[in-house]
Amino acid sequence: MSNFIPSRELPKQQPQSQTGAQGSDPESNRGFFSDDERGKVLFGMTSFLTSESLVFAAFFVAYSALRFSSTNFLPAGVSLPNFDTSTIIDTVVLLSSSFVIFLAERALARRKLNLFRLLWLTTSAMGAFFLSGEVQDWLKETLKLSTGEIGGPFFIITGFHAMHVTVGILLQTIMLIRSFIPHNYDKGHYGVTCVSLFWHFVDGIWLIVFTLFYLWR
Amino acid sequence: MTADNTIQSTDTKRGEDSQSGYRENWWQYFTFNKDHKVIAIQYLVTSFTFFLIGGLFAMIIRGELVTPPSDLVDRQLYNGLFTMHGTVMIFLWIIPSLVGLSNFLIPLMIGAKDIAFPFLNALAFWMFPPAGILLMASFFLPSGTAQAGWWSYPPLSTQNPSDPVLNGQLFWCLSIVLLGVSSIMGAVNFVTTIVRLRAPGMTFFRMPIFVWSVLSAQLLQLFFLPSLTGGVLLLLCDLSLGTNFFEPFRGGDPVLYQHMFWFYSHPTVYVWALPVFGIIAEILPAFSRNPLFGYKSVAVATIGIAVISATVWAHHMFTSGTPMWMRILFMFTSVLIAVPTGVKEFSWTATVWRGKLHLDTPFLFALGSAAMFLFAGVTGVMLGAMPFDLHVHNTHFVVGHFHYVVYNTITVGIFGAIYFWFPKMSGRMYNEGWGKLHFLLTFIGANLTFFPMMPLGLQGMVRRIASYDPQYQWWNVIASFGGFLLGVSILPFIANIIYSWAFGYKVSDNPWHATGLEWTTTSPPPKENFKEVPTVTLAPYSYGRPQYSTVDSTDEGAVRRHHR
Repeated sequence: MSNFIPSRELPKQQPQSQTGAQGSDPESNRGFFSDDERGKVLFGMTSFLTSESLVFAAFFVAYSALRFSSTNFLPAGVSLPNFDTSTIIDTVVLLSSSFVIFLAERALARRKLNLFRLLWLTTSAMGAFFLSGEVQDWLKETLKLSTGEIGGPFFIITGFHAMHVTVGILLQTIMLIRSFIPHNYDKGHYGVTCVSLFWHFVDGIWLIVFTLFYLWR
Repeated sequence: MTADNTIQSTDTKRGEDSQSGYRENWWQYFTFNKDHKVIAIQYLVTSFTFFLIGGLFAMIIRGELVTPPSDLVDRQLYNGLFTMHGTVMIFLWIIPSLVGLSNFLIPLMIGAKDIAFPFLNALAFWMFPPAGILLMASFFLPSGTAQAGWWSYPPLSTQNPSDPVLNGQLFWCLSIVLLGVSSIMGAVNFVTTIVRLRAPGMTFFRMPIFVWSVLSAQLLQLFFLPSLTGGVLLLLCDLSLGTNFFEPFRGGDPVLYQHMFWFYSHPTVYVWALPVFGIIAEILPAFSRNPLFGYKSVAVATIGIAVISATVWAHHMFTSGTPMWMRILFMFTSVLIAVPTGVKEFSWTATVWRGKLHLDTPFLFALGSAAMFLFAGVTGVMLGAMPFDLHVHNTHFVVGHFHYVVYNTITVGIFGAIYFWFPKMSGRMYNEGWGKLHFLLTFIGANLTFFPMMPLGLQGMVRRIASYDPQYQWWNVIASFGGFLLGVSILPFIANIIYSWAFGYKVSDNPWHATGLEWTTTSPPPKENFKEVPTVTLAPYSYGRPQYSTVDSTDEGAVRRHHR
């Protein structure tokens, strides 16, 4: 701030632009943000996930508000969504896939490419297992979209979450294909880190969905 | 005009200004181009096209309101027109045109090569025309467009449609969701760019106010747009999938939609207004040759407005059965927002105070915008006061206040920005005379149109009606006359911009002698904006003494223009 010129009192020969001697000191660029590709991508991804989690938050708030206030939340003869062992197995599989993807990322950081691919593929398989379990749950469900105030929120929120799981698996597949490109990770692997972040996000959201529909009886 | 022509005739090597091939490669504007400057022009031109369409709707509405009975268009079409007018102007003109300006200016102002994620930027743009076309396409549906107003409150919006799938309301919802996704991409891009891509030495408190305001506005988009997108998605489910979220007859809660809608749609007013405050803060110092008064407090006030704006949404719902404690609370926060806004208004006044004013077109527009914002702000505080709002709720008073914000402040400010940065975008100067004519017509037209709505509202004329009591006719005729004048006022602008883009005389890189990094590069800027990464050593707005002229003595054209 040594050159800070705060007041109009200081005489100047002509209006100065903000730039000083351009590029006279190449050292000053070093370590500055603009070179930090990884930091930029992770910052962008985090902001996106913040925003995306708020869409879920909007749904969760809407559901909770309806549950508290609606006179027709659970019409007579209708029960809350089925909660059986298959739901628990699905949940355990999805949540532990977060750990597997963490191991995959660590394998990549240690340049064990084949181990990375194996663990990465395992994560996708666990995601796919969760999805198939979810679809079976929907088919078994007696609730309909139009059932009171429980049917709509249940299918819309779990469906929106399942959509995110699907997108996560697609992104993982793209990253898996890319891992076969030679020298793909010479400049770092923040694409993989972003997909991994997304996957943790999807898992975290499921915890809330699970709590709202299965634990909140 | 003759002076301009002589300068232009000496200009024999016009082809050489295409460092980046802007004018010559006109077709690049129709491609998936990742250069932020191209995307900016794409945004500006597309949104201006929608502005003309929305303006046409407004003039049909004003035509209908010239006479008390409903006689010009049928009522269904009238309902569709005011719904579409609001939606088009907000989602297809104000937001995208400001995104366009931000796209052009942010990387230049902070000394970056491009926006953080160019691919995402282009993708976000290319979602915008389809969303607009989808909205327009609903005019050709058998049941017509959405007709529930731009809020689309249920149960009105969910009762009306004739067909569960092919109806205007569904098209409206899809369009809003598409634009929401596009805006989130844009917000991620802008926030990341401003936080991570600043040039060496560009600390936060050396950023121009425009950058501060875009940062605040895009943070609001990032945090609050999900609420609208979520709400509209649920509305869509109610409409087409048979869920009961907002269906009062089946246990749903229509007020819940109002909360979800306004939780975004009040902060969004600041998504539009803050960048315009930033524009005013850029233009006023340049033409009064004074530094911006109280730079730091203005920067902090910008963030302050963004933060407080998140806590005021229920003042739109004072009459929606809102409990008294909420009414009082939201009245308090709504009025509180006048404090940081007042900081800005005082800063502008103090900036031009005793400055040597150069009354060029951008300055006129910026000053007009700032002046009319005072009126918009004062009526806003009136409406924020719950006891008053209960009486004028849903009347033309609200419409008048809102249009003082969106037209007289925001749209006028956007015009000012286009004139101010036109030399940077095109490398050429617009025609000053036509610009001043545009300002004059706009200033008179805007006040003639929107001021009469205040007395009309106070007398009790309800908004969104096609026929009204004959006692209101006098003010309505004035407003309609002003509305048509506003329609005419756009013509000199279009002529000026098209003519100047092609034949305007070339200017130096910094025709206004303004500070700010964007003026240190060539006009138009080269592919990666700066030949070398600039190193910033000064705070912004370091304008010298007031007597310094805006005239660049090396710029022949500008000198002639000023000493004509």
